[in-house]
Formats: sequence, structure tokens, C-alpha cells
Amino acid sequence: MKPVLLIAQRDISAYLHGITGYIILAAILFLDGVFFNAFALGSGPRYSHEVLEQFFYFSSGTTMIASILISMRAIAEEASTGTDVLLRTSPASEGQVVLGKYLASMAVLALLTLLTLYMPMMILVNGHVSLAHIATGYLGLMLLGSATTAIGVFGSSLFKSQMAAAILSGVMVVTLLLLWLVSQLVDPPFADIFAAAALFDKHFSPFQEGRLLTSGLVYYASLTWGFLTLTTAVLHGRRWQ
Amino acid sequence: MIEVQNLTRYYGDFPAVQDITFRVREGEILGVLGLNGAGKSTIFKVLAGLLPPSSGSVAIDGIQVMSAPFELRARIGFLPEDPPLYRDMTVRGFLTHMGRLRGLSKHQVHQRVTDVMALTDLTDRAHQVIATLSHGFRKRVGIAQSVLHNPRLVLLDEPISGLDPVQIVEMRKVIRKLGQGRAVLVSSHILSEISQTCDRILVMHQGRLVALGTEQELAGRLGTSSIRLTVRGDASALDTWLSEHHAVASHKMLDEEPPFAAAHIILEGDVREPFLPEVIEAGFGLRLVQTPEDDLEGIFLQLTRDEVTE
Repeated sequence: MKPVLLIAQRDISAYLHGITGYIILAAILFLDGVFFNAFALGSGPRYSHEVLEQFFYFSSGTTMIASILISMRAIAEEASTGTDVLLRTSPASEGQVVLGKYLASMAVLALLTLLTLYMPMMILVNGHVSLAHIATGYLGLMLLGSATTAIGVFGSSLFKSQMAAAILSGVMVVTLLLLWLVSQLVDPPFADIFAAAALFDKHFSPFQEGRLLTSGLVYYASLTWGFLTLTTAVLHGRRWQ
Repeated sequence: MIEVQNLTRYYGDFPAVQDITFRVREGEILGVLGLNGAGKSTIFKVLAGLLPPSSGSVAIDGIQVMSAPFELRARIGFLPEDPPLYRDMTVRGFLTHMGRLRGLSKHQVHQRVTDVMALTDLTDRAHQVIATLSHGFRKRVGIAQSVLHNPRLVLLDEPISGLDPVQIVEMRKVIRKLGQGRAVLVSSHILSEISQTCDRILVMHQGRLVALGTEQELAGRLGTSSIRLTVRGDASALDTWLSEHHAVASHKMLDEEPPFAAAHIILEGDVREPFLPEVIEAGFGLRLVQTPEDDLEGIFLQLTRDEVTE
């Protein structure tokens, strides 16, 4: 486990020492604030739980964007600067490298998500929402972010260019989101399969409403595990090409 | 301790390295010499475990690279031509991180980092951010990270490329120090550097091993040796005498102020010992006999030319 933590620690430090990380954090927080004021609070009267649901709805979008922007550098940057040699000649296995990279991205994403906490707190102070709803919504954001971060790390393993990695990861995330629309265009049993595979609708909505469903936990955990395994396979395959 | 047997590596259908066999002993510095594209870096990558061989075997202390890649990583230190460094870190911070990643404990890593910084003359730069270091110092940081875990084999791919003359002299000392107690492979296309730094030379050309041995052995294999001769005497008389001498394969007169004369002489075989008394017997005052600095260059060019001809 030590190599995983060392790799994660190094990447977190790199994020916090570079300007890019702060630009991404600032931009996402700005968007979160705008969405919260313009859409979640809205112009007319709303119940507090509706405001909170809307907050989590818009935050899910910014979380997906942020996770891809944060994770795009994970492996691509090492490949483009040649520092991947340091990892490939170290005793760390490919799986440990991938896990370290993923944890670093997740740590930065968690910091970003934590910084949005003032918005639900404002609702809590001025209205009536349960802490459980807030906690469940944030758990949903982190699970969704975990899956899209894993997709981002996978995209990052395929290119030396961070931009190319972000584009491919973005396409994969949008494709998974659109499966919900596809499910409405096809007949059963494919409609159920596509609906179950869709990234957002069926799995995130319960978290947004403060409901914790095992199916959502399993779905996001599976997606995370699947893409991290694919990433490990890519690195392993590259070594023995 | 390092044994490479019939190593072959293809990139697609292109054979980058073909049927290479050699051994390196502990404490030996082996120079790998070749033109760009000769296959030097490919050999280094295979030895470092970054590329699998297409065929053949590589063993370090009897352990096959393919059978125990993780175990071997602890025994190998690798410096690519462009040193891989986290440039936002300080020298000590980077070396500490790499030491920990290579399995050293917190206690061990502090002492070891101090030792390798002393070895590579980086102690004064310990707290400097790597991005602000000169190219020469970055190379040293690269070397320092490659020996942090006290590997049995150190691979230095073009360690002197891009260095200025002062840095080259300092780098030679560092490489010499590295050779104490471990095997070191140094690749270069700069012939004089290989000659001055390495105990033996492996000459590669178009992916094949052309020759392996000390500089003297390589010269002997070619059946020639060359000297730069300076005598007191008439230049035209020396020119004539050399032209008629049976042991002189070829010669070239060099500029020298009278009453002295100088020539670069290529002999038929290593016949320097019987040849020099004959110079004196011929009436020339022997002033200076030198091995020309471009001797290795001549050997290299002849070896690679022979290979192409064959």
C-alpha cells in the first residue's frame, strides 16, 4: 500500500503546487455558485429540500466536468514528460500506480466538493433540510465523481496529450449519460439494460433526493473498478508490447 | 553478474537489436558505443525492464529479467538520455520521494539521500527546485536517483550529452565513482568519452555487436595501431623513410617547425616496440611518441565499415 500512498501524495502535491489545479478549482466553484444562485434558489418560492435537490442536480454536472479536468493529467503528463520511467522502473506494480493516480484525483475532487459545502449550509441556516439528505447527496456526488474520475484516469492512460485524454473521457461520460435517452428509444429488454447502464438518471437521482440505494452504490463502484482495471491493463500491455 | 545471451529485439518487423551476447562484471564500466540508431537505447531499455526481449535472455545475478521483473527493479538503476525528474520538487524532496518509492524506510532514506548527494556533488543544491537547475545538475540528480537504492547495475544512457566541457570532466569523475562495487553501462556516441571513462567497449552498428574489448584489444583485433611521432630531423627524409618502411601501413605528415618533423603513422599490427628503435637507428632524434586522440575514432570507423562490407 505504501507505493500507492506515495504516488498519490506526490500527485496531490503537484496539483497544489501548479496553477492549473487552482484554475480548475476556481472555475468549478464559480460555476457551482452561479448555478446555485440562478437555478437552485430560483426566482420564485421553493421548499428547502427542492433547493437542495436542485443544488445536487447541478453539482453533479460540475463534478463530472471537474473529475475529467482533474484526472486528465494523471498518467498523460507522466508519459509526455518522460517521468513514467521513474514509475516503470520502481517496485510499484501497474495496479498500484493506477490506484495512486486515482486516489490523488479523488482527493482533489473531494477538496473541491468540500468547498461547495457552504451552499447546503446556507439552505440549512435559512430553511429546513436534514443533514442525512445533505450527507447522502454528497455521497452520491463522490460516487459519481469516482466513476468519472476512473474514466478520466483511463482516458489519461491512452494519450500523452492531456487535451486528447480529456476529450476522449468526456465523450465516454456523455455516451454513458445518453444511454438514458437511448433507453427510451428501444424496446424491452434493451430499454431496461440501457437505463440500468446510464450514468445519471436511475442511479444519481435517488442520492439527489436524499435516498440511499444499494443499486447506486454497486453501479458506481463497479464502474470505478472496471475502468481502473482497464487502465491497469493498458499500462501492463504497454510494458510488454 | 550481468549476462546477456543472444538478445534480439524487434520493433514490428525491424530488428533494433540482433543476437547480442556479452557479460559485465562487478566493478566494471562497460561503454556501449554506436552511431544514432545503432540499438544502444534499446539494449538499455531491455536491461532496465522497460522492454521485453523478442528472444534471448538477460540475467542479473542469475535472475532472469522476464521471470522476476519486480525483484530485478531493485537491482537496476536507469538514467535515460533525458533525465526524468519532477521539476517542481527540490533536489532533496525528489530524491526522498524516489527513495521511499524504491522501498527505503524513512530512516534509511535520509542517510541514503545525503550519501548520493555527496556522491554526485549535489549537497549544495539540496534545497534548490529542480526546474531552476542547469542541464548538468539535472543529469546529476538523474544519476543520484538511479543509484539511490544501491543497485547492482547502473545504466547511463548518454550521460554526457548536452554538457559543457567543465561539466563533462565532473561527470567523468561521478561515473568513475559509480563503478566502485557495481557494474555500470554507459552509452555514448562520443568516442573520446567512452575511451576515457570505460574499462571495456562494446561497439554496436545497425543493431549488431561489432566488437567487444578494451581499446587496445580492439586495435589489436584490427591488426593495426597508430602513433603520433615527433622527431628531430628533416621532414622530407622522414616522409621518404616512412613510405619505404614495410611495417607502415600508411602515414600522414603533420605540421611541425624545423628542425623537427611529425607524422601520424598507422602500423601493420601492434609493432610499436620493434618499430621505435628503428626510427632511432635511421638517424632521427626521437622526441615524442603519442597515441592519437582520434585513435578510437579510427577503430570505430574501421569496425563499422568492415561490418557494412561483410
